[in-house]
Amino acid sequence: MEKAKKFEFMEHTADVYIAAHGATLAEAFENAALAMFEVMTDASKVAANAEDSLTVEAEDEYALLYSWLETLLVKFEINSMLYSQFKISSLEETAEGFKLTATVRGEKFNAAKHTQKVAVKAVTYHRMEIIKTLDKVTLEFILDI
Amino acid sequence: MGESESRPPPEKIPLEKLDNYTWRIPQYKRGMRVPGMVFANDNLMEKMQTDRTLWQCANVAHLPGIYKYAVTLPDGHEGYGFPIGGVAATDYDEGVISPGGVGYDINCGVRLLTTNLSEQTLRPKLAQLANAIFENVPSGLGSRRKDFKITPGDLDRLVVEGVQWIIDRGLGWAGDAEHCEERGCMKNANPSKVSATAKNRGLTQLGTLGSGNHFLEIQKVDKIYNQRTAKTLGLEEEGQVTVMIHCGSRGYGHQVCSDYLRVMEHAVQKYKITLPDRELACAPGKSNEAEDYFQAMACAVNYAFSNRQAIMHWVRQSFQQVYHTEPEKFGLKLVYDVAHNIAKVETHTIDNTQKKVWVHRKGATRAFPAGHSEIPADYRGEGQPVLIPGSMGTSSWVLLGTERAMELSFGSTAHGAGRMLSRAAAKRRYWGGNIRTALEKRGVVVRAASAEVLAEEADAAYKDVDVVADVSDKVGIATKVARLVPIAVIKG
Repeated sequence: MEKAKKFEFMEHTADVYIAAHGATLAEAFENAALAMFEVMTDASKVAANAEDSLTVEAEDEYALLYSWLETLLVKFEINSMLYSQFKISSLEETAEGFKLTATVRGEKFNAAKHTQKVAVKAVTYHRMEIIKTLDKVTLEFILDI
Repeated sequence: MGESESRPPPEKIPLEKLDNYTWRIPQYKRGMRVPGMVFANDNLMEKMQTDRTLWQCANVAHLPGIYKYAVTLPDGHEGYGFPIGGVAATDYDEGVISPGGVGYDINCGVRLLTTNLSEQTLRPKLAQLANAIFENVPSGLGSRRKDFKITPGDLDRLVVEGVQWIIDRGLGWAGDAEHCEERGCMKNANPSKVSATAKNRGLTQLGTLGSGNHFLEIQKVDKIYNQRTAKTLGLEEEGQVTVMIHCGSRGYGHQVCSDYLRVMEHAVQKYKITLPDRELACAPGKSNEAEDYFQAMACAVNYAFSNRQAIMHWVRQSFQQVYHTEPEKFGLKLVYDVAHNIAKVETHTIDNTQKKVWVHRKGATRAFPAGHSEIPADYRGEGQPVLIPGSMGTSSWVLLGTERAMELSFGSTAHGAGRMLSRAAAKRRYWGGNIRTALEKRGVVVRAASAEVLAEEADAAYKDVDVVADVSDKVGIATKVARLVPIAVIKG
């Protein structure tokens, strides 16, 4: 197999079940975010001309994944921002749990330009898994749509 | 079943068949406080056994204070912690309340309007009407109405006052509120218990349909099963045009659920509640956490009633635009508005005693019998209308609440078809363009924001809603009044 897939969609009756991969936890988080926007639109058509910085904190890695995706989803809903590029500059354990700092790039949603797929209602913890092997991290999670 | 799914349950679930439509999950695990009870025919049961529906039903039976049994309805399928298509009633004093028992889309629900038009009369204007509705009712990803804005202060008042607030602003008629469950307003709403994020999500989305399985259909009455009740509800004859609106509380409700799942995770530890699945996170009904959730949930419930009210108003306006006539001339009366995802305080007879309980309905419709004080006065002699939307392009049902539902399912019945195929599988099998063509060949006008959604929502991806209605009728937890079929579909 050549270069590993960034993410894939798995079978689930009602909702969207995603497996996101990365060489590191941070890279897997980036690909998880890309997968979520791919559910909503064709992310390859989202220009990276606006930049946003964000910091997310949570009590453990699972909650961090949840909050990371939820923060981006909320940004879409409130500011109509679609994102296609995600760079996590740091993801580290802190005294209270975990913290990540990221730069995300995208543009305002434009119905004339962007493919409309399904709106995501929420991130869930249902079947959420963080699977770490020697050279790879896989995140599994379900989006409620 | 091949591509139709899924990951099997982590253990084999024992099952006792009591009759053709009733199955019991015995207390096979030590933590189960009550059995599970499933209403399904053999086919529906077979499908439930391919995913975690029954396992989740058994898990719900662990909840502190749960009465009688955990109910799974004919449309039951795997959900978040609780199965979708389920009911659980817990003791008001000793029991728990769980956001997972309501779901992310708080008060996702349905409302039905009647008209005095026949399909034949409408047909020449149908495409034009579908266009007008598609223009006037924002649907699909990121959609909003440019000319309809509310302030944060308005939003807080709206969630406290419910549909009446929005009717008072001109988006409705006198009498609309009376024909909503809870008269369109849960009284315990308290916006100070709702996060700023939820409010911000809600501000831009009021009066939008959303996407996924939500839809707006122009329908016709296909068959009437109960003439007297149908007439009382304004369903006069076969061929009569109706309009159905199916959507929920949008980002406002999703965020309330998300915020309180987190609160409940901590509450589980604080109150030392043992659960078989962390997704059942809950808090004792009398705790601050539960009280806060219930007040925030009520805000989302009222948001959803108002959302459907605004959409209904724009449907009425669309008729006016197309016919250049006052919408009142076409009837356009609200039959009823029901919630499918909600928690309530209700009184039920359990072991011959009246008990105050928290009823969780997740993917379930309240189905109260004739005479109940919660039913609008003009329907009280018949019973509560139950509205069950089908999948896009199939049929929808009007059923009637019964005394049997009070005995068997805490006054509840099914809420929809329930998916059969995953969205991925549906997309592999269908293409949005083909679905549109197939529907249009059958005379159904389609207006959709997304071809992807059309494929994912293909009717073959769902269980047969007619079977769900039939099982409900046979069990007696809601009886058939009328079957409706679409003549135009508006999708996000």
